[in-house]
Amino acid sequence: MNESRLRDLVPAVIGVLVRRGADFAAAEDAVQDALVEAVRVWPDDPPRDPKGWLVTVAWRKFLDAARADTSRRHREVRVEREPARGPGEAVDDTLQLYFLCAHPSLTPASAVALTLRAVGGLTTRQIAQAYLVPEATMAQRISRAKRTISGVRFGQPGDVATVLRVLYLVFNEGYSGDVDLAGEAIRLTRQLAARINHEEVAGLLALMLLHHARRPARTGPDGRLVPLAEQDRSLWNTRLIAEGVDVLQAALARDRLGEFQAQAAIAALHADARTVDETDWVQIVEWYDELVRLTDNPVARLNHAVAVGQADGPRAGLAALAELDPALPRHTAAAAYLHERDGDPATAARLYAEAARSAPSLPERDHLTRQAARLNAQLRS
Amino acid sequence: MAKYLLLKHYRGGPTPAVDWAPMDQWTPDEVDAHVQFMRDFAARLEETGEFVDAQALSPEGTFVRYGGEGRPPVTDGPFVETKDLIAGWYIIDVESWDRAVQLAGELSAAPGAGGRPIHEWLEVRPFYAEQPTVTE
Repeated sequence: MNESRLRDLVPAVIGVLVRRGADFAAAEDAVQDALVEAVRVWPDDPPRDPKGWLVTVAWRKFLDAARADTSRRHREVRVEREPARGPGEAVDDTLQLYFLCAHPSLTPASAVALTLRAVGGLTTRQIAQAYLVPEATMAQRISRAKRTISGVRFGQPGDVATVLRVLYLVFNEGYSGDVDLAGEAIRLTRQLAARINHEEVAGLLALMLLHHARRPARTGPDGRLVPLAEQDRSLWNTRLIAEGVDVLQAALARDRLGEFQAQAAIAALHADARTVDETDWVQIVEWYDELVRLTDNPVARLNHAVAVGQADGPRAGLAALAELDPALPRHTAAAAYLHERDGDPATAARLYAEAARSAPSLPERDHLTRQAARLNAQLRS
Repeated sequence: MAKYLLLKHYRGGPTPAVDWAPMDQWTPDEVDAHVQFMRDFAARLEETGEFVDAQALSPEGTFVRYGGEGRPPVTDGPFVETKDLIAGWYIIDVESWDRAVQLAGELSAAPGAGGRPIHEWLEVRPFYAEQPTVTE
C-alpha cells in the first residue's frame, strides 16, 4: 500500500465531512481514526475506491462520536443538502485546510502538529515520533490547537505567510522516526504551489529543494557535521537542484521579491558552485543585504557578516561581526573561523572552545571542539 | 519547542531558602499532599501537551568506574551524605526558556511540613537540539 497516496487523500476527506455538516475538529478526529484503521487493514485488504472507503468509514465514526456526545453538544448535527459555499464559487477544501491549520491564533508548534495531521495525513504517533514526545502529549497538543481555532470559520481567507512559516518550520526542525519531515514539507509545499500562484510559495519550494538536494553531503557517516569547504559535492542531487533553480527563476521573474525567494537565491548560488572558493560570494552578500532589508532578522545579519568575510576577506568579516550582538547564536563560532583565516590561530582556538560550550546541538559542539583541538595541537608543535 | 530537564535533588544545590525537615519528620498527610502535588503537576503538563517524562530515583546506588584491564569495575557507594544526590526528574517540551523557568518555579512550591511550600531548588537543564536543515 502506498502510504503517501493514502496521506494525499486525508485533507480532501476532511473537506467532504465538513461540507456534510461536521465541524472541523470532529471531522478531523474521525478522519484520523479512519486513517489509523486504513493503515492497519489496507495492506491485507486494499479497497477499490480508497477515497470512498475513507469517507464512508470516517463518516460512520463521526456519527458514532456525535451520537455518544449528543448530551454535551449544543447543536444537532445537520446533514447539509447544499454545499457550504454558493454554486459557481471555486472551492478547494485542501487549500482551506492549510490556512485553517496555520491560523495566527495558534502557536507555531500547535500549527505544525495540526498541519501535519490534517493536511499531511500523518498519524499522531508518526508526528510524536518525529518530535520525540509521547503520543499522548502530541494528541493533547492537537486537541488544544483545535479548541483554539474552534471559532474560525472553515473557508475564512488567510494570509499565505502564516502557512509558509509553518511549512518552513516543518522542513527545518523535524528529524527522527519513520517519516522524513523535510521530504514531507516538500510534498506539502508542492501541493500548495499547485493550488496557489504566489511567488513566495514558489520561493519556499525552491529553497527546500535546494537545501534538501545538498543534505547528504552535510553529515558524515557517523553523524558528524561536515563544514561547507569539506563537503563532497558529488553527493548532491542535481535533479532537485535543477528543479529548484527553475522554480526560483520563474518566481523571481515576477519581480516581487520576498524573504523565501532571497534565501532560495543564496542557496542556488551555493548549489551552482563547484567548490567553496568558486562560489559567488559577492552576489551572496548582496542577497543577504536584501534578506536583511526584508526581514531585519539577526540570523540573516550574522550570515551576511560571514559572507562578507568570504567576499572581502576575514578583516572585513570580523568588522561586520563586531557590529552585531555577540550573544547571537553562532557569533563566536563565526568569529573563530574568521580569526583563523586572518592568521590568528591562538584567538581562533580560544573562541572555538568558547563556542563549543554554548553550542545548541551536539554535532556542532563536537565540530567546534574538534576545530579547537586541531588548532591547539598546531600551536603546541 | 525545546526540551528541558527539571532535576529534583535529595540534597546538594544552592543553600536551601527554607529550612524544611526531612520527609520522615512530616505527618503522613503531609507526605501524601506532597506526592499528590507532584502527580497533579504531571497531570497538568499532560493537559498542556508539555509532558515528556517523569521519573523518581531511589537514593540507593553507587558510583562506578573502569577497574583496569582484566579487572572488575570499581564501585564507590553508598552515596556520601555530604554530596549532591539526584532524586528524580521531569522532562518537559515547552515554547521557551521562560516557560521552563516558570514551570520549575511552580514545581518548587510543592508542600512540605505544615503544608507550606518547600521552595526547593530545582536544576533546569536544556537538552541539546537537533541540527536544523537550513544552515546558511
